[in-house]
Amino acid sequence: MKPTPELIAGLQERFGHAVIAFVDDDGYPVSVATGFRADAGRGVVVLDEVGGEEVQPPEGERINVVFSHIRPQPGIGYDERRYVSLWGAVRRADGKLEFQPDRVQQWDEQEMSFFEFSERGVPQARRYLDQVSAETGREVKPRLSFGWLFLRTTRLPFLTATFIPILLGIAVAAWTNGFSWWLALLTLVGGACIHLGLNVANDVFDTASGADAANVNPTQFSGGSRVVLYGLVSLRNLALLSLGFYAAGIAIGVGLAALRGWDLLWLGVAGALLSFFYTAPPLKLVHRGLGEIVVALGFGPIMALGAYFVQAQEYDLEPLLVSIPVGILIALVLYVNEVPDRPADAAAGKRTLPVRFSKDTIVNAYITAVAVAFGLIAVFSISGLIVRPAIIALAAAPLAIPVVRALRESYDQPYALMPAMGKNIQLHLATGVLLILGYVIAIVVDAL
Amino acid sequence: MGVLPDPVEALLESALVCEFTVVDPAGLPVTHPLIPLYDGELIYLTSSILFSKKLEHVKANPRVSLSISDPVAVDVERFARATNQGDATVDDSDLHAGWERVLPLWRKKEPAIDMFLGKRVALPLFFERAVIEIRPRRAFFWEDGRTDRAPEVFELAEALA
Repeated sequence: MKPTPELIAGLQERFGHAVIAFVDDDGYPVSVATGFRADAGRGVVVLDEVGGEEVQPPEGERINVVFSHIRPQPGIGYDERRYVSLWGAVRRADGKLEFQPDRVQQWDEQEMSFFEFSERGVPQARRYLDQVSAETGREVKPRLSFGWLFLRTTRLPFLTATFIPILLGIAVAAWTNGFSWWLALLTLVGGACIHLGLNVANDVFDTASGADAANVNPTQFSGGSRVVLYGLVSLRNLALLSLGFYAAGIAIGVGLAALRGWDLLWLGVAGALLSFFYTAPPLKLVHRGLGEIVVALGFGPIMALGAYFVQAQEYDLEPLLVSIPVGILIALVLYVNEVPDRPADAAAGKRTLPVRFSKDTIVNAYITAVAVAFGLIAVFSISGLIVRPAIIALAAAPLAIPVVRALRESYDQPYALMPAMGKNIQLHLATGVLLILGYVIAIVVDAL
Repeated sequence: MGVLPDPVEALLESALVCEFTVVDPAGLPVTHPLIPLYDGELIYLTSSILFSKKLEHVKANPRVSLSISDPVAVDVERFARATNQGDATVDDSDLHAGWERVLPLWRKKEPAIDMFLGKRVALPLFFERAVIEIRPRRAFFWEDGRTDRAPEVFELAEALA
């Protein structure tokens, strides 16, 4: 890349000194610090002369001039890392060294986060691992402990999305019909298996499509597990893991249907198919902007109704109604998490809602969806369609405020958006927990 | 006392950043800001495989230099500047844990590294690292950091022979 006049003009403001580096007659690099002045109009950096024969840069030859800055933070280390590395020829003029750069390499952590800087290095890391493997004659791979690798590969913390609707369905059943703890446990394990199968399948297809590789702004909430991209797990093993989770989840579902009624099977089949074809071809529902609807259905009514059926052996309107706000809020988790992914998603042909619509539309739709979710909770609980104590779930609504603020202010800054993504997950979690608590209160009050 | 002159050692032990220069296959110098570590005999740098071009360059050409130049990044009684030329080797025999042998030296300069290491799962490739070991052969020293004056030159290769 060629240095711009703006870059040269900004050097004096950003850096206190320059370091000249060249190769001496013995073939060793020599580096020496000096003062400088930028002459952006002429595209040159005027360096102060250095003393001593051994450290004189050779006139006319290509040298490297580096500007580097940190701010020490006692007891921590340092921050404000930035550097500009320039290459070009130097000549002597008026007792100074006139350096004409023609190539630049740079990084400023205030302009590009360390995480993005690191992500951009992943192809180089993979090349280096291949080289070391070739040199040593054994496959050299990066490693993580089994626990961390499992957590990263499966994206285990997202299981709250499954536990909330299942526990809600169980809570409604406990209120209307009764409760079996071992059936509840089996439902949770089965639901978790399908969810983990979905998470892992999503990574398989996003890796294969190139969506994850194109994403240099992953966050802890978005951008996938990246375990294949990093060389931690092979694509084949990831696919096998996904199939294993699906097989276990389907086996539990079929077992529960055999025990509690075959009407459960249709719901289970719908859930498993939606989950698989979320990213899998030929449907690739998330690529068509249907991801939110799939997630709302799968992690709302389907899971809550299924959990209810396992307990009650029948379907009912109440678990369906109470799961709708939960479904909307979990769809909003995906929706917000897709905001930082949209350049990479667009490049991979993944036409998610944030890819399709403008910032204003996305933010306004978020506000509307939150209002609908909490409006439904209010209407359903006041009208008695769900238990009245469930109205306490409205207390979670203020958690949406920082999310809206961050979407408005940091829409194009993935890492600044991270706290809001966390808050958005809390919004779903808190609302779900409070709805469940509403049913617990209703059961306790009824028993008194 | 180590292999380097006392004031150069003081700079190395204190500096939070140095400019590490390698030579690329085209014969051009390429400089990287890194944390220098020193144990009295060798100078150590550690590099993630994410930023491993420099490791490839060192393997192809072990001749390197390392400059301490930033007055903000050193905490010494009397500021000075120094450049060390030397011969480097890359230890990448255990990228996952081998570099942890220099962790005590690293921790002294960047205590927050333990916190980052605790979050290894978030940045797994950052903590797959090689160690660059530099055996100094010549040192240039500029009292008061005045590089407009000729440096004091220490021929270490001869002294060590």
